[in-house]
Amino acid sequence: MSFGAGDYLEMFLRFCLLSLLSVGGAITTVPGMHHYLVDERHWLDGRGFTASISLAQAAPGPNILFVAVLGWNAAGPLGALACMAGIMLPASALMLALASWIRANRDALILRAFTAGMLPLTLGLMLTTGWLLAVPFLQVPSHAVGTVVLIVATVVAALKTRLSPAWLVLAGGLVGLLGFV
Amino acid sequence: MTADAAVEPQLAARRPESLGELFRVFNRLALQGFGGVLPVARFELVEREQWLAPDEFVELLAICQVMPGPNVISLALLFGHRYFGLRGAAVGVAGMLAVPTVLVLGLALVYGRIASHPAAVAALRGMGAVSAGLIISTAVKSMPALRRNALGVTLGVALTLATIVGLLWLHLALYYLVPVLGGFGTWAAWRALRRRGTVR
Repeated sequence: MSFGAGDYLEMFLRFCLLSLLSVGGAITTVPGMHHYLVDERHWLDGRGFTASISLAQAAPGPNILFVAVLGWNAAGPLGALACMAGIMLPASALMLALASWIRANRDALILRAFTAGMLPLTLGLMLTTGWLLAVPFLQVPSHAVGTVVLIVATVVAALKTRLSPAWLVLAGGLVGLLGFV
Repeated sequence: MTADAAVEPQLAARRPESLGELFRVFNRLALQGFGGVLPVARFELVEREQWLAPDEFVELLAICQVMPGPNVISLALLFGHRYFGLRGAAVGVAGMLAVPTVLVLGLALVYGRIASHPAAVAALRGMGAVSAGLIISTAVKSMPALRRNALGVTLGVALTLATIVGLLWLHLALYYLVPVLGGFGTWAAWRALRRRGTVR
């Protein structure tokens, strides 16, 4: 598969748009990234998409780096650059432009309404993201049950213990390697 | 406890002396964060370096959470900007990202080589299920907030379900789903908060 300058530019612009929608963190825009990279352009399959996010969670550093891995796995080094620049630049510029206004008005009705009003959307986006990551495995009958069990176990472990997410991801890798999923 | 201590504003004891120091501290805290840098950032900036008073950290984070963008990156951006202007913003973010990016892309490179090996496929299946579980657990942790939300539980749950249905069944794009549902949620919360009177 070869990529032209136009592809990288489109990638950058798509991620710019997602950047502006990423209230609640970049992870909430995963459904948009999935739609673009997997369903629309077929640069990644569902497993490759999920693996990209798993790899980023297993490594140290800010969560946002999953975007670099997605870009890399979809379109190589320039893909990583296009996606990262896109997801970072518009939100950062907006942040610097509006930070002092928000600081001065943080008790304003409109900001409190915005925070409250966005919460259900953020929740829905994260639950959808969980589903999209799991669906490549749920669709294979021989792996569906194991996947559901492991997801439930992870949710319980994340809520009841203080284990770092990276350890949980690595433990998941071991469980998979041993053939339980 | 004296009355004075309660009203006196808390201020940071120290500040970053140079761009190099800024880079080093943000790099150090990023590398300690496995699957979430925020708790480390709090420890490093508030307790170890004392660059931020506890209240300042909370305030800065609150600003980051209102705005789009990854919260912890926005934190580095605003913190760097406060002391060194645009250069500081760039150096703070670079400190947070430079080395972790190299590490994670190294992993991606290895992944590219072994992705089709049966053992790698099996391991990544387990890792993928855990990744899905982790993101679902983040959502589950925020669910109690829905009960305290100005929208009320019914509307909150309805909007959450509408988001999921819109994305998974109707295949709506985020570009209009977020503005429409987010806009409606904000409007409804605004009405509820105003009706309640601005009691705090």
